[in-house]
Amino acid sequence: MGTLRWLWTQLTSMRTALVLLLILALVAIPGSILPQRPVTPIRVSDWKRANPALADVYEAVGLFDVYGSPWFAAVYLLLLVSLAGCIVPRIAVYARAIRTPPPRTPRRLDRLPVSATGTTTMDADAALAAGEAYLRGKRFRTVRTADSVAGERGRLREFGNIVFHLAFVLALAGVAWNQLASYTGDVIVVEGQAFSNNLTQYDDFRAGAAFKPSALEPVTVWVDGFTAKFETGEVQRGAARAFSADVRWAGTDGDVHAQTVEVNQPLRVGRTQIHLTGHGYAPVVTVTDPSGHVAFSGPVVFLPQDGNFTSMGVVKAPDARPNFLAFEGFFLPTTIVDDQGPRSVFPDALAPSMFVNVWTGPPREETGRPESVYSLSKEGLEQMTTADGVPVTFKIEPGEYVELPDGSTLSFDDWRRWTKLQISEDPGQWLIIAAVGLAVAGMTLSLYVRPRRIWLRVRPGGGDALLVETGGLDRAESSTGLGEDVTALAASAGAVDAAVRGTDETRGGQLPLDNREDAP
Amino acid sequence: MIATYSSLAMVSSAVIYLLAMTAHALEWASARGADAKASPAGGGRVERFGRIGVALTAVGLLSHIAGVVLRGVAANRLPWGNMYEFVTSSLALVAVAYLVLVWRRGWVWLGLPVTLLLSVGQGLAVTVFYVAVAPLVPALHSVWFIIHIVAAVTSGAAFNLAGIAALFYLIRRRAEASGGARGYLARLPQASALDDFSFRVNRFAFPLWTFTILAGAVWADYAWGRFWGWDPKETWSLVTWVVYAAYLHARVTAGWKGVRAAWLCLIGVASFWFNFVGVNLLFSGFHSYAGI
Repeated sequence: MGTLRWLWTQLTSMRTALVLLLILALVAIPGSILPQRPVTPIRVSDWKRANPALADVYEAVGLFDVYGSPWFAAVYLLLLVSLAGCIVPRIAVYARAIRTPPPRTPRRLDRLPVSATGTTTMDADAALAAGEAYLRGKRFRTVRTADSVAGERGRLREFGNIVFHLAFVLALAGVAWNQLASYTGDVIVVEGQAFSNNLTQYDDFRAGAAFKPSALEPVTVWVDGFTAKFETGEVQRGAARAFSADVRWAGTDGDVHAQTVEVNQPLRVGRTQIHLTGHGYAPVVTVTDPSGHVAFSGPVVFLPQDGNFTSMGVVKAPDARPNFLAFEGFFLPTTIVDDQGPRSVFPDALAPSMFVNVWTGPPREETGRPESVYSLSKEGLEQMTTADGVPVTFKIEPGEYVELPDGSTLSFDDWRRWTKLQISEDPGQWLIIAAVGLAVAGMTLSLYVRPRRIWLRVRPGGGDALLVETGGLDRAESSTGLGEDVTALAASAGAVDAAVRGTDETRGGQLPLDNREDAP
Repeated sequence: MIATYSSLAMVSSAVIYLLAMTAHALEWASARGADAKASPAGGGRVERFGRIGVALTAVGLLSHIAGVVLRGVAANRLPWGNMYEFVTSSLALVAVAYLVLVWRRGWVWLGLPVTLLLSVGQGLAVTVFYVAVAPLVPALHSVWFIIHIVAAVTSGAAFNLAGIAALFYLIRRRAEASGGARGYLARLPQASALDDFSFRVNRFAFPLWTFTILAGAVWADYAWGRFWGWDPKETWSLVTWVVYAAYLHARVTAGWKGVRAAWLCLIGVASFWFNFVGVNLLFSGFHSYAGI
């Protein structure tokens, strides 16, 4: 029992909190140096391939998911417990303190850090009343006794301190809630196509443990057009300058609204947020088989491989007869062909073309097994060749069509842009933002409010005049103006030229800030 | 054309700050041995060099501000779109704050470290970080761009001033402990006053830094659809925040007050600078714009 108590005292001490904070800062660092799986999964696999010797060890200790690792959680949970253990008793103390009047006037005011004595010609009652009025004017809480007035101010400091720490807990609660209930999904939508918020429609979907598919709001978005503008000047040529999508959307009520979505202006429908997170090109092609039947027609999403949108993709025509047909190739928005081969030199579609290989084979059995639309499984396929055995490859531009050796054709009708929409719901977000806002307000109070206690006593001295004594003390570092308050209080009680002891000047060192050792 | 004048003004400011730093170095050197009390003549020379340093800094600042403003005019937007612009704006604010302190409180003693910071910072800006004027990428087209960056620039300038004071606190404290400060150190405020100044500036910067992170998170949610994604910049802003939180706790913890707290303040500044420069140069992330 004693040990437990000792452990608890240790854990909730300020020193432990301090050390835990430093450990938290330290353990957060590896996550910024190593690629993190939740953020960049592909770079994690690249890194592991490049450093096979370390990969397993790092993986075992969770260095590829630092912020989800048990040891990171251990640090912040300990910190949270330490914080709670520290702040909860302080709330109790504070609750008692605000119901307690300012402390009684000490017997010897001259022992306080700053004090003043003088005489007044006012009578005792008037002097005390004037002193109390002065303190109230300076927003002190006051208590008057027979011969003295006690004043206290600055309780908001501890209030701010408590608010800050509680807000911190609240923000973490918001993060946890959000983690559990949020979802994020991505979907690629070609211009002219639409998306409905339904699990089957997503290309990629991540959700917290408490997410239910029924929580998806019924939202439909039609992407009517996507505009991308790029820098054409000399500086930063090719850098993105503007993206926008013209969409129509319908929410729960079914009414259709038109809107333009931009990078910093997501679409919000109810609780659902829809962001533009990427874009690319989709060539529109038509494939006819040797008998002249259209085996495939429509836009095909190609995935960008570099900053100039050299894009890779596959056109599959499983319904072509007598043979299955597939076209694998590159879409180059601004094509040049030089000694490095064909490539794109600008992200906008200024001179689009495709470079294509043709694969063919016996018709495939319908297995129902899912297959990537972006890559071609070449099992049972072979590259189509010309009569003299050379593989068929060709360049094709929009508006052109190519007749293949087996009599089928590929026509490159047009191109469109596609955009990647990120659909998400962050139910805990408002709580996090409100909590951090509250934390800022709380910490500002706790850093700037200066608690001060001050007393005034009036008693008979030698002769007719009454003796006025004042004194005060600050309960926070870096306070100024205690001397002024103490003298002004004495003056308000009629002791205009009171003798002051222990003011900033006489205390030395601390303040004013520009004193120098060699000053006279 | 305007961009050329802006660059010219920036380079000039770097050179003038360097001259100011030389003047302050001479100020320190002439205080060596020549104790103000022992020989008033020596003291006069110290002050003269100090005044020259301050005057040069003021001239450098005029050129510096012209550079920042012209940069904004040339780009036709607020000049905070990349690291070059961010460094130059932040340093202009440091110089302004420093000159205000000299004017209001006579704190010429800040001269050497501040001009060192200014000349090295501006020097790096015009040589390493420089990028030609260009419009912004779409993610920066936001009102949060202004809010987030103003808060970051301001708290950054404050962290640096507090760090300088903390450094001087450590030096001066050591001198006081080993039998009194000599040379220029004797002209610094007392250790306790330096510590107090450092705290006051950090007290201003910390809530503002918290707000910077909050504003950044809100903006990130608009631009990228998530308010926190452990991007290296975000991680290091949190690390910086946690270090300063530790600093504030250290100031009220027995055994951590004073020296250790001052060290935490210096670690905080280092982490701020690493977040500011190192993260852009070493890691790739969402905050890497235009190369650097």
